[in-house]
Amino acid sequence: MERVPILKIGKTLFVSIQIDLQDESVMQLQEDLAEELAGTGAHGVIIDITAVEIVDSFIGRMLATIGSISRLFDAETVLVGMRPAVAITLTELGLSLRGVRTALNAEKGLALLNGSA
Amino acid sequence: MEELPIRTGNDVVRVRQQVRAVAAESGLSLVDQTKLVTAASELARNALVHGGGGMARVDVVTSGAGKPGVRIGFTDDGPGIADVDQALTDGWTSGGGLGLGLSGARRLVDEFELNSKPGSGTSVVVVKWSR
Repeated sequence: MERVPILKIGKTLFVSIQIDLQDESVMQLQEDLAEELAGTGAHGVIIDITAVEIVDSFIGRMLATIGSISRLFDAETVLVGMRPAVAITLTELGLSLRGVRTALNAEKGLALLNGSA
Repeated sequence: MEELPIRTGNDVVRVRQQVRAVAAESGLSLVDQTKLVTAASELARNALVHGGGGMARVDVVTSGAGKPGVRIGFTDDGPGIADVDQALTDGWTSGGGLGLGLSGARRLVDEFELNSKPGSGTSVVVVKWSR
């Protein structure tokens, strides 16, 4: 199983998913992020899915769960870089990703977290 | 064409990659490729999680009108589905999930056929046609 790295930049955790996600990798990411949030006191999480070709119901649910977990650590999650084809497919699948904020790209996501968007 | 085993989470990823490659080759649009790969991901996971593992078979097909398409067949030897209509209902889940896997996969493809009986496994065949 491949692991998704988490970078801490200032008060923000930055996750860029560059692998073909298998379920175990997403679950591991969820655990790793919770550990990082608890350990660093970060106030924001940016998940960049620019390179992610599909988000199915499981991956989508896990992303939403990451948003809920972050909130318990006083952190906000912003999903950035969703591909148009992924957005269309997710909507048709019936997944709304309520509870997760989105931004067009990492820069805008960061601005959203810093309250300057 | 090619039979792919579904025994691990990594096999689910391999099925997605194979479907993506065949769909791109058959001239499906990027959105249609994404829809088909997403449906394949849901169905492969079902075969793994609920069927205890299975097989996927990806074929290039041609419609009566001469349009190319991609057909994927999934089979497993799991416990089968007692109530197929219920299993295809949005929000119905056998446990844990959102209940969007099967119903969502059906929405993402052009043709969807599910055969299952308790005790004799499940087979799902889906087709996505190029527009």
